[in-house]
Amino acid sequence: MSLTAGSRPDGTRSPTAVEKPTPVALATAGTKAGAATAGTKVRAPGGKSKGGTVAFRIRLRRDRALILMTVPVILLLSLFNYLPLLGNIVAFQDYDPYVSSNGITAIFHSPWVGFEQFSRMFEDPLFWSATKNTLLLFALQLVLFFPVPIALALLINSVIRPRVRAVAQAIMYLPHFFSWVLVVTVFQQLFGGAGVIAQTLEQHGWSGFDLMTNADLFKYLVTAQSVWKDAGWGIIVFLAALSAVSTDLYEAAAMDGAGRWRRMWHVTLPALRPVIALLLVLRVGDALSVGFEQFLLQRDAVGAGASEVLDTYVWNMGIQNGDFSYAAAVGLAKGLIGICLVLGANKFAHLLGEQGVYKK
Amino acid sequence: MSLNTQLVRSLKAPARPVWEESPSKAGLAAKSGFLLLCCLGVLAPLWIVIVTSLSPKPVIDRAGGLVVIPRGITFVNYTELLGGGQVSRAIMVSAGVTLFGTLFSMTVSVLAAYGLSRPGSLGHRFFLMSMMATMFFGAGLIPTYLLVQSLGLTDTYLSLVLPSAVSVFNILVLRAFFMGISPELTESARIDGASDLRILLTIVMPLSRAVLAVISLFYAVGYWSSWFNASIYLSDQEMMPLQNVLIQLVQKHTEAPTGLQQAVRTGQLSALGLQMAVMVLALIPVAIASPFVQRHFKKGMLTGAVKG
Repeated sequence: MSLTAGSRPDGTRSPTAVEKPTPVALATAGTKAGAATAGTKVRAPGGKSKGGTVAFRIRLRRDRALILMTVPVILLLSLFNYLPLLGNIVAFQDYDPYVSSNGITAIFHSPWVGFEQFSRMFEDPLFWSATKNTLLLFALQLVLFFPVPIALALLINSVIRPRVRAVAQAIMYLPHFFSWVLVVTVFQQLFGGAGVIAQTLEQHGWSGFDLMTNADLFKYLVTAQSVWKDAGWGIIVFLAALSAVSTDLYEAAAMDGAGRWRRMWHVTLPALRPVIALLLVLRVGDALSVGFEQFLLQRDAVGAGASEVLDTYVWNMGIQNGDFSYAAAVGLAKGLIGICLVLGANKFAHLLGEQGVYKK
Repeated sequence: MSLNTQLVRSLKAPARPVWEESPSKAGLAAKSGFLLLCCLGVLAPLWIVIVTSLSPKPVIDRAGGLVVIPRGITFVNYTELLGGGQVSRAIMVSAGVTLFGTLFSMTVSVLAAYGLSRPGSLGHRFFLMSMMATMFFGAGLIPTYLLVQSLGLTDTYLSLVLPSAVSVFNILVLRAFFMGISPELTESARIDGASDLRILLTIVMPLSRAVLAVISLFYAVGYWSSWFNASIYLSDQEMMPLQNVLIQLVQKHTEAPTGLQQAVRTGQLSALGLQMAVMVLALIPVAIASPFVQRHFKKGMLTGAVKG
């Protein structure tokens, strides 16, 4: 089998040279081969296995434009997502950015300490406090935030008038596009000590209050902020799932005498089940990231005791205090546990007979 | 049933099915009342912020805080803020970063999405996997920070764009949409000798206006709303984008933007009115842009999210 078997002098290729031809690839190859002159040497079918390099070169030639288009994104991801993964080795060092002129070369000059940063972490009460806050807030979000978009979607779906639906959705989507800075600021101006509600109460003789600096209520406050910002946006996916339900099912159920609530229980909710399971898996997998900007913005107001979550703890120890190695160790531990959570939650979804994020 | 027909069905007015008994008055009232309440919950805070920013100083002072019912309108807060100084500069920074960042992100994302949209092309599976893998793990804050610092990007506007320029989710949405375009169209162009880039520019992109609009909005909102990168990578106050100025004004209790503090102290301007005006300036572009793109949300967003 010669090297020129598949590629011809004019740069076209024979259909048989395409390895494992998919319908699309075949169609592409077919059109080009159709233009080739007759009588050119065509490789016999069935002899593909040995011509791997040939096929590779041909595919490279055929797809070079597509590959070139993908390169910028791959480069950016390599630089800002994959390369920093290596940077996590500072978690096993006593990293000092000033031993060298450049932060990266400083890694080679910093002393290795093994797992010392991690053992420090386990003995650190602040770390445990941040972990406790994170898990508490996650549980609260799961109970108080997660069901809200589902309920709203069911409500909107049950309103038949299309104009009412459209307007209600348009308004509820809006806060999703506001920055956390704006959301936190709005809440502060309304519920803060100098906010409109406290002021009004004071003017009418009641005592004012300050929700924004109350450490005990902080967890409910941030959940309320999340609901205000994102619950409306969250209904999109549920509405899509609902619109996919065949009306035949409702009709059949109605024929069998199922009332409004029975239809909801036996038709609507089963239709939502896969979506709910998927979102739940994603949420559990992300349990340790309860929200970063939201907490960082309000850290000063309520104090670290109530608002410190793992992400803000990493920020505080690393960026603020300059203890890069320790912060990287905390971040690495969080990342690893996060991956385990995704895998575990997905496994659980499979056990329940749902598809989860990826298939088995 | 394809997703598109589902969507068309959901967008059209679903007439009340014959078997459905006529809804009770009380039920209808309860439903619409609750929906109205939800919408009010979203709009009321925005109303108060906007009205306060437009109120004259005596009205704000008399209200003792934010103004709920407008009494008199003045644009003095806006003219002062936009007449140069810290806030005008911050708006320019935010607008510039948003504009160039969105252009950059869209360019690389559309190229990659198209490059990956033909199953069977060389390396397509590998590239896709290595992209999607980054959705499941992040390198963490500290290594990223050290990298950006070592690359010498700190105190440059590039540090606000490059580290978060690519959203893999957005690329997957674009890719799913491109894959939904009927292959006969692109194939016929290919027979006529069009290159891949030409096909992308003259056939695929004009057919994908809806999804391009939605993804552009996502990127633009991301850049416009971001403040964290600026807060850790920039040290120069003059370079700060609008969101960071807003934090300084409201969270850190600075009374007014630099340049206007004198006017607040002498009682010519209300500090609260100024703060509200900055908030309105921060929310205006988003609030204006999103309704225009709104009608594309379902179509543009879900094709990718569900299939991808």
